[in-house]
Amino acid sequence: MNTEKSFPYSHIVGYLISLALTLATLLVAFKTALPKGTIMLILAAFAVAQAGLQLVMFMHMTEGEDRDSKVVHTIYAIFMAAVIVFGSIWVLTAGHPIY
Amino acid sequence: MESKLVKYPVPTEYQSEQGKLNILGFWIFIAAEIALFATLFAVYGVLHPRTANGPSGAEIFVIKDVVIQTLLLLTSSFTAGLVIHQMRQGSVKGLVTWFVITLLLGGGFLFMEIREFIHYVEVGAALQVSAFTSSLLTTLGTHGAHVTLGLIWGICLIIQMLQRGITPKTASKVHIWGIYWHFLDVVWIFIFTFIYVGGLI
Amino acid sequence: MDIKWDKILVTGDPLILASQIAIVLTMIGIVVGLTYFKKWGYLWREWLTSVDHKRIGIMYMIMGVLMFFRGGVDGLMMKAQTAVPENTFLDAQHYNEVFTTHGVIMILFMAMPMLIGIMNIVVPLQIGARDVAFPQMNLLSFWLTFAGALLFNISFVVGGSPDAGWTSYFPLAGKEFTPGIGNNYYMVAIQIAGFGTLMTGINFIVTILKLRAPGMTLMKMPMFTWTTLITSLIIVIAFPIFTIALLLGALDRIYGAHFFTVSAGGLDMLWANLFWLWAHPEVYIVILPAFGIYSEIVATFTKKRLYGYTSMVLAIVIISVLSMLVWVHHFYTMGVGPAVNSVFSITTAAIAIPTGVKIFNWLFTMRKGRIEFTQPMMWTLAFIPTFTIGGVTGVMLGMAATDFQYHNTLFLVGHFHYALIPGVVYAVFAAIYYWWPKVFGFKLSERIGKWHFWLFNIGFNLTFFPFYLLGLMGAARRMYTYSAESGFFPLYFISAVGAFIMAAGFVAFAYNIYWSTRYAKRTTANDPWGNTRTLEWATATPVPHYNFAVIPEVRDVDAYWDMKKNGDKYLTLEPKDIKPIHLPNNSGQPFYMGMMAFLAGLFLVFELKVLFYIFAALFFAGMIYRSFDYDEGYYVPVEEIIEKERTWRDDSKWKAN
Repeated sequence: MNTEKSFPYSHIVGYLISLALTLATLLVAFKTALPKGTIMLILAAFAVAQAGLQLVMFMHMTEGEDRDSKVVHTIYAIFMAAVIVFGSIWVLTAGHPIY
Repeated sequence: MESKLVKYPVPTEYQSEQGKLNILGFWIFIAAEIALFATLFAVYGVLHPRTANGPSGAEIFVIKDVVIQTLLLLTSSFTAGLVIHQMRQGSVKGLVTWFVITLLLGGGFLFMEIREFIHYVEVGAALQVSAFTSSLLTTLGTHGAHVTLGLIWGICLIIQMLQRGITPKTASKVHIWGIYWHFLDVVWIFIFTFIYVGGLI
Repeated sequence: MDIKWDKILVTGDPLILASQIAIVLTMIGIVVGLTYFKKWGYLWREWLTSVDHKRIGIMYMIMGVLMFFRGGVDGLMMKAQTAVPENTFLDAQHYNEVFTTHGVIMILFMAMPMLIGIMNIVVPLQIGARDVAFPQMNLLSFWLTFAGALLFNISFVVGGSPDAGWTSYFPLAGKEFTPGIGNNYYMVAIQIAGFGTLMTGINFIVTILKLRAPGMTLMKMPMFTWTTLITSLIIVIAFPIFTIALLLGALDRIYGAHFFTVSAGGLDMLWANLFWLWAHPEVYIVILPAFGIYSEIVATFTKKRLYGYTSMVLAIVIISVLSMLVWVHHFYTMGVGPAVNSVFSITTAAIAIPTGVKIFNWLFTMRKGRIEFTQPMMWTLAFIPTFTIGGVTGVMLGMAATDFQYHNTLFLVGHFHYALIPGVVYAVFAAIYYWWPKVFGFKLSERIGKWHFWLFNIGFNLTFFPFYLLGLMGAARRMYTYSAESGFFPLYFISAVGAFIMAAGFVAFAYNIYWSTRYAKRTTANDPWGNTRTLEWATATPVPHYNFAVIPEVRDVDAYWDMKKNGDKYLTLEPKDIKPIHLPNNSGQPFYMGMMAFLAGLFLVFELKVLFYIFAALFFAGMIYRSFDYDEGYYVPVEEIIEKERTWRDDSKWKAN
């Protein structure tokens, strides 16, 4: 009943995608003439995609009888992480002339 | 060993009750780590323009070395995935082989990072120089300390694997270590994107 | 760096000298007593290394009561100082240290250990589990909390206490303005205790998610278990934020970094931001379990099911999310602008809605109920109106525009004492009276309890209501004295009188424990209150170390009430149903880890970095030791279980033969 194949196709695919995303990050950042804000948005999307890939393909988040607990709790943590990062930056830079 | 594993419908690491508890518990801990690194990113986000009389990121980052570090860590994350894959195939030999390769890659990353820190101190970007250097080195250092812990932990697990083979208890330990190692790669992706590449644009 | 080693022992103050002598005498007394009665082995085997969640809970409670005493003495000293104008009982520096340690100790080393202690004792029993998910980590949590508390408490005799307030705002808390080592204690001691708390949070999430008795779905969990789960979820997100804040503070102070210092680009308000990102959720971490305690008690002593269970669950979930979204209301006066202040005013006001829902749920539970005026219920009844005053003044403070008037006045101090004392301290007292017979096999005296209740309640209102008025008159917080012309004297004096009445209430409580331990009637009845509803009352009293002879099945929110009404095979168990029970072994590793953390912390406080690195390495060596530990625990034999079950199952089947 071992469900995993003996050759690790999914791992190799995941690895190749992550390499491609890293390369794409570098290309978008240094070989395009887009405005900085646009570049950062694209890079953020790449980073999130790569993080999601690690979570699902390598970290086995979506397996086992506790998958719902793991997924819900991780999403909760990611939401709170966004609150911490964007909240802090907003509160501490809005109205400050250093920016 | 192979035939024994085939009887079970679930991977070895989920076969004991305590193993399942430990794996869930570690996922909860990962959430705490997400909050921890999020706080560091928030601090960096606020402080990075505050370079005072010190250098800015663009002046001190060496993109070639950063790309090498990234490739080392990405590859080690891939080989760490193969460790779990070999474990589920029931192969202690394959598991240990990939485990050693993973730790070597991780050690290479750490070597690069130490060199990077020495470089920063040499170019006048030590911890005490400005709010920017403080937050940069603390963020990188926290990640590096996690990698160091992961290396020591991995060595302990290789010894236990050689002593005891793949049992529900050792398997759940290796699985948990794998989650940790991949998570460090996730953190690095954000460091790479927002601190290095973002700082150099 | 620039530590004056010859002045390291704090001298010159008669109050501190007296406590130094008292500490030395107490320690000699404890050592001599333990040696004389040959109790060292007992203490080590049965308590310090015990992984039994009930024992760990009791150790947390003892620590909490001791810290309550310490923090209470701090409070009394402040009240004595401000009782009359221009008083010289404490000087400004000493007053600063006292209000700082009072705040830190009451929140982190009194409220948290008390509530975590109650969670430890009650939650595994309420969900029908044998222990928590990670028993040894649970003991490690305790020892780290203890190590942090110990480190923080020795500060006033060795090296000087932190003196920048419990909020420890930079730049005041930085090396430039407080060059002594006092604030190093703050950064290091709380860090150590915080690791323990984080582990407790993880432990309880997994325990509650995975170890519930069969049939107990999430929506059949007792309310205290629900609040513990939500509290743990908040802990897991909030404490890492503080971990980083304290790390950065320590790097600033000890390693010369520039996060919060004003020079070299540091941003002092970043500390305030990170501190309140943790500290506001922290308020809910201590208050939600208290809400759970009141919910259990209200249902038991009105003999009715808790009103609006689903809305109660929804309310705590909403509170937990909102708790992370309101932190800026603590520093509106930073003046970041109308957009930020408006958003945080709205989220703050929104919290009042779910909290109001809970108040009405408790009131409706009592409606048409047959209320029994026992001690736990009395504290619950006193909580509702006083906490509402605290909550309403909180809404006043929560509006950014008006907050500019109240900020840093005693009005604010009045508000949070009205929220935290009824919200946490009353709940802890109620919980102690309520669960005491389950743990120790006798009730605390109702008669002495009434003295405790009335003295404490009258004292509390007398102490803190004047704070509101003083604040509106313009009295600022943290001022060590005031002039006679200010007109503050009468209210300050009333407040001081109230504080001593409150202290008398605490003495009555301590006397109650002493008196009841000696003279109260012993019972082995599993349900000493007679009307209890949840699973912890379904097993023997005092609770055996294996908790339940067999794991019961749950059909209802009020699992035990349902068993009593409809009958259950758990209640009619026979000796032949008993099987050996697997339990974890005791371990000395957590104690070792706690002591190494304490020593590493101590050396870091004194900036002896090499010694710090050595003991930090020894701490990690304990983790490696644990990695190679394959202890599988032991089985409780059937005979031992039968022996214990006979004490309360008065069924002919269980008669000894």
